[in-house]
Amino acid sequence: MINKEIEDDNEAWDLVLEPKTSWYSLGLDQILRFKDLLFLFVRRDFVSVYKQTILGPIWFFVQPVITAITYAVIFGILADIPTDGVNPILFYMCGITLWNYFSDTLSKTADTFTANASVFGKVYFPRMIVPLSVVLSNLVKLGIQLLLFIAVWGYFLATDNTLHPNITILLVPFLILLMGFLGLGFGIIITSMTTKYRDLKFLITFGVQLLMYASPIVFPLSLVSEKYPQYKIFLLANPITSIIEAFKYAFLGVGEFNWLYLGYSLSFTVVLLFIGLIVFNKVEKSFMDTV
Amino acid sequence: MSKVVLKAINISKQYRLGQVGTGTIAHDLNRWWHLARGKEDPYLQIGDTNDRSAKGSSDYVWSLKDINFEVRQGDVLGIIGKNGAGKSTLLKILSQVTTATTGKVKIRGRIAALLEVGTGFHPELTGRENVFLNGAILGMTKTEITSKFDEIVNFSGVEKYIDTPVKRYSSGMMVRLGFAVAAHLEPEILIVDEVLAVGDAEFQKKCMGKIKNVAGEGRTVLFVSHNMQAMSSICKTGILLKNGLIDEMSDINTCIKKYNGLFGESVLTTMSIKDRLNRTQSSGNILFSNIQAFSNGKKTWDFRYDEEINFQIDCEAREQSDGLLFYMALQEPLTTDVLTNFKVVIKEGAVVKGQKVSFTITLPAKTLRIGQFLLYFAIGDAKQTRWYDVVDNNINLPALNITAIDMDPHYNSGMFSIPYKINVNN
Repeated sequence: MINKEIEDDNEAWDLVLEPKTSWYSLGLDQILRFKDLLFLFVRRDFVSVYKQTILGPIWFFVQPVITAITYAVIFGILADIPTDGVNPILFYMCGITLWNYFSDTLSKTADTFTANASVFGKVYFPRMIVPLSVVLSNLVKLGIQLLLFIAVWGYFLATDNTLHPNITILLVPFLILLMGFLGLGFGIIITSMTTKYRDLKFLITFGVQLLMYASPIVFPLSLVSEKYPQYKIFLLANPITSIIEAFKYAFLGVGEFNWLYLGYSLSFTVVLLFIGLIVFNKVEKSFMDTV
Repeated sequence: MSKVVLKAINISKQYRLGQVGTGTIAHDLNRWWHLARGKEDPYLQIGDTNDRSAKGSSDYVWSLKDINFEVRQGDVLGIIGKNGAGKSTLLKILSQVTTATTGKVKIRGRIAALLEVGTGFHPELTGRENVFLNGAILGMTKTEITSKFDEIVNFSGVEKYIDTPVKRYSSGMMVRLGFAVAAHLEPEILIVDEVLAVGDAEFQKKCMGKIKNVAGEGRTVLFVSHNMQAMSSICKTGILLKNGLIDEMSDINTCIKKYNGLFGESVLTTMSIKDRLNRTQSSGNILFSNIQAFSNGKKTWDFRYDEEINFQIDCEAREQSDGLLFYMALQEPLTTDVLTNFKVVIKEGAVVKGQKVSFTITLPAKTLRIGQFLLYFAIGDAKQTRWYDVVDNNINLPALNITAIDMDPHYNSGMFSIPYKINVNN
């Protein structure tokens, strides 16, 4: 019997549940095992949006178009903010398309734990699947909106000779990836910090709004360099600034493209995501007790 | 002996009572400060046991405390206990929904938990889409679900509605579909919480059958339910939880008997019924003051099959009342179903305040078979308009224990001997 006990303990266990985690076990193998769930979540998020609508996915077009027109009227015509000589509609659409990807990802991943508490409380799967699925389903949405943007852009490219697209357009997928991971990084840190004390949540709702004005979405960075060069450093501290500028530069040929700034955004994203993963993995184990 | 597939080592779970707010941050900071200096968490030292009716002095409570057990492959383990005994907390820890405060759980093989049916159903999606979603949430791969899809739909019996959004389903249909998916999970260890309480009788039967099958295939099942009949028919071994501690760990029937108060500590020997206030009703005009069983003039609750069983009952009137009616029942220990009962008017006329009434009841020898019987006594007024006092195993009245020295196997089946007559006609 004693021999049997020893044998039992020596034989490998498949899973050991313990209160303490090693900080480096991020459970990537678990995520791979549940990859089908990841894609089903993406599909659910995408499909459920336009259930019981007649226009279906076309609704994804409406939002950026109306927003771009509104911005063109308010910031372009009323406030008379320059757009580096580009047609205001195209200029705003360019910024909004990429910005929306970031803000949607951030605000939806930021309530991962609270919004999914009922499912998380009943069954275990790697919690990271949920924020990842948000990144992916927003990527699909971005893809659709990007198609619209490219159509509008193509029209102006053909009719207008102020646009100077260039080789940096090849960087676009990389820029999108950076934006998605930035949103994810911020989002999972926020959701981990709001499971017990919800205070931070109030900050997020208007914080995202304000962050947009701290990024060159409705104005070009060149405007700041020109008028208030001493404050430019604050704008550049925002990792989103250089990504948006590079994106505009790639398609429109205006704005500031700088490898150094982009390098900063990249390192910011990597560090943020890394911290986010560690915090998230620590919290996911027992957040059910305090959510 | 088959190998151990699940091993719980010293699991404890502490919860904080009350609301989370500005008041709790001081504790959190203090805990963090202790841990940061490499000291022990100060709040793990304190905490009341998990007894929901008693008012505790601490803000912390141990929902589970030092739970140790092993489950072997092919075991069907039933976990029973009253509300708040820690059953769900234990299941949550085993199914990884939350972690224990201290302790470890070691697991071999795939484990899947069924704490709720239809987890993650999205109301806008169709039945078909939800089968895939729910299956994946429970840990199946897409190929697995595809190959079992027809079987799942068949089992659920909602073929007709499979392409309709589930928000149009009746709640019963939703449960059927949810259980159908879960029933086709094939983990090595399956954890089932009280999910059978829903659905109609036909479907419940189907579910029970499925769980039995799973067990029959040599897989391990951990089952929680308040349905003792289901428990005793499905499970082999059992764990009885009480206030966050393991009260009994043995075969399922022993646990159920103990759960039903069959082995209540004989508090009666130290404290008379008269002084106990936790009776079902104890505010009546007449109260029981003593109940004792006798065998040949000797106080005992254990009887031989061939002994006469005598009860001495003493009552005392606290107020004037209209006569006295006595009721007695024998109950089946696993289900507490009433096996037999009788009711008799002891006194027709008025019973005045302070008057004592005593009587004895005799059950003839060789009527009760070997086993244990729960007792239930009640008194009321002669016209049977209200009950004055009820005493049963809930206040730790011992059970009647019938044994036999020469074990004739015939005494061992059935519960009673009934009078019979045989005429031999030649």
